[in-house]
Amino acid sequence: MSILVNRDTRVICQGITGRVGEFHTRGCLEYGTRMVGGVTPGKGGEEVAGLPVFDTVAEAVDSTGANATMIFVPPPFAADAILEAVGAGIELVIAITEGIPVLDMARVLPVVKASQSRLVGPNCPGVITPGQCKIGIMPGYIHTPGHVGVMSRSGTLTYEAVWQLTSLGHGQSSCVGLGGDPLVGSSFIDILALFEADPDTHAILMIGEIGGSAEEEAAEFVRHHVTKPVAAFIAGRTAPPGKRMGHAGAIISGGKGTATAKLEALRAAGIEVADSPADMGEAVVRAMARGGRR
Amino acid sequence: MKIHEYQAKDLLRAAGVPVLAGRVARTADEAAAAFAALGTPVCAVKAQIHAGGRGKGQVTGSTQRGVELARSADDAARIARGLLGKSLVTVQTGPAGQTVRQVFVESGCRIARELYCAVLVDRRVGSPVLIASTAGGVDIEEVAAKTPEAILSEPFDADRGLAGYQARLLAAKLGLPTASWRAAEQFFGSLTRAFVRLDASLLEINPLVLTEDGALVALDAKMTFDDNALFRHKDVVALRDEAEEEPAEIRAAAAGLSYVKLDGTIGCLVNGAGLAMSTMDLVKLHGGAPANFLDVGGGADVKAVTEAFRIILSDPAVKAVLVNIFGGIMRCTTIATALVEASKTVGFTVPLVVRLEGTEVEEGRRILAESGTTIISATGLTDAAKKVVAAASRA
Repeated sequence: MSILVNRDTRVICQGITGRVGEFHTRGCLEYGTRMVGGVTPGKGGEEVAGLPVFDTVAEAVDSTGANATMIFVPPPFAADAILEAVGAGIELVIAITEGIPVLDMARVLPVVKASQSRLVGPNCPGVITPGQCKIGIMPGYIHTPGHVGVMSRSGTLTYEAVWQLTSLGHGQSSCVGLGGDPLVGSSFIDILALFEADPDTHAILMIGEIGGSAEEEAAEFVRHHVTKPVAAFIAGRTAPPGKRMGHAGAIISGGKGTATAKLEALRAAGIEVADSPADMGEAVVRAMARGGRR
Repeated sequence: MKIHEYQAKDLLRAAGVPVLAGRVARTADEAAAAFAALGTPVCAVKAQIHAGGRGKGQVTGSTQRGVELARSADDAARIARGLLGKSLVTVQTGPAGQTVRQVFVESGCRIARELYCAVLVDRRVGSPVLIASTAGGVDIEEVAAKTPEAILSEPFDADRGLAGYQARLLAAKLGLPTASWRAAEQFFGSLTRAFVRLDASLLEINPLVLTEDGALVALDAKMTFDDNALFRHKDVVALRDEAEEEPAEIRAAAAGLSYVKLDGTIGCLVNGAGLAMSTMDLVKLHGGAPANFLDVGGGADVKAVTEAFRIILSDPAVKAVLVNIFGGIMRCTTIATALVEASKTVGFTVPLVVRLEGTEVEEGRRILAESGTTIISATGLTDAAKKVVAAASRA
């Protein structure tokens, strides 16, 4: 078991004919992901990395039975690409693209909400179930199959955490990059619910950062609905207010979204907090040693 | 991206949001001429800088405030003289303040009440939202902290816009006389439309004024834009005032790097925003102070990384540099090659601590070792932080 993706997931890549899309399609194929095709309007009939390219997502779904997509379409057209995937009934839409205007996402989210599709991202590294399926840009080799569920708003920081877990002998059930933008398709709460329900996930690591209140909301959810051990880290304790720290969503504005407020909420919910980024893996070990939450 | 108040007012006026007549001035003479041209008995002379809190702000070494009322052309010239070329310190500028290069001379109005309103994107709701409060002119963050119930909020759909009834609902809750409700519909409607049309990330009117004759006027305007949407707003990009921005941040942006200047002594070069923030935290945790946030991104090449070193080393406060790379898509060999290249072309004048992990790490370490470049290698995050803090304190 795992969440979101497994060895049966059939994946297409939107934007497969672009340099980055092709590069990562090959990376996913090498990892063993069941990549079944790609989509670029106007390039239907071509072949990339041995996979058929279609003009529309609908055609790709008809021909390949794809049920997941990873999107590398450039920012001005990415929101439209998400809508196309949702319109074609794809179950899992993973948007890797960084730099989508926030109001474009404000227009997309209600459509996703009213559909049967789940959106992960944008501006995220993707989703991986180690040993089975990798959809995204994360380096596959640092992961190892196991029982820790990892979810994060950041890319490289997730790799760091996964590396620490793997080095400590703890594999991962699934790792989900939620994305660094202010508006994203899946929240910590959405993924916490999946990890809680997954019998193969025994502990959860949550990696947050400054900006917004997703971590505070997640802490509240953990308090009431999660029985498994949870550890967390928050990046940006030293970030100054009013400055965007790389990610569009990583900004303290109007005194809101500080690391201090998030850490307080996490601790109050009984979550094991890592004070140093070097301590993320150990924090999971401590949380597991403490055992289940009830 | 931020713009000045006078630029925001131009945009708002064009969008149908009521603002007062005003003129921008870059000399005392221009300020006097602006006063005469506006032809009202009282004008406000307002410093134009990209920071809030100007009204309570003060010019370094004088009693000059950032916003003052003028009752004559001479008066306007005197205030302008007290501001132009001077450093204005506000709660948002830091102790060094920000140089005033232009003032906005704006006609006055008869104020009955001061309110607050703003448009922004509510992450929790996932849509734009109009917020308003009866506490105008004061620090809204304080209101939000002390009396959150005093802040009214109406989410709206980006394409459908704010409904007329939502504007009336706010007008009622703000206690506006019914005679002013049409004005409220017009004001809030055009304000929210402007926010969406221009892809703003914040549009704040503080204070929003109800005049004695029942009109609503934006007395101040603060506007910031979604950087990700600037590609479709060339007219907005043209309003950029680079003199207001940190030179190193402009330079970094041109190289595709994400950089924020801080006031510590330890330069940080990291890949990925989350890891870059964590590296700053790590430095602080071990007793040091980060000099910057710098994310070289996942696709950076040797040229971009070399430029990153140049930017970090151009900060005279930097006493040591920490390179922290977790190679994913970014290969450790790329960073190692760039390090060697930068040591030749830029020259490292301060100690350099390097922590490499991930893709092609062995090969990367070998490149560094064989290059003869003087670096301090670190084996893990904690080790790296301790070494760089020690190196900075020795310098």
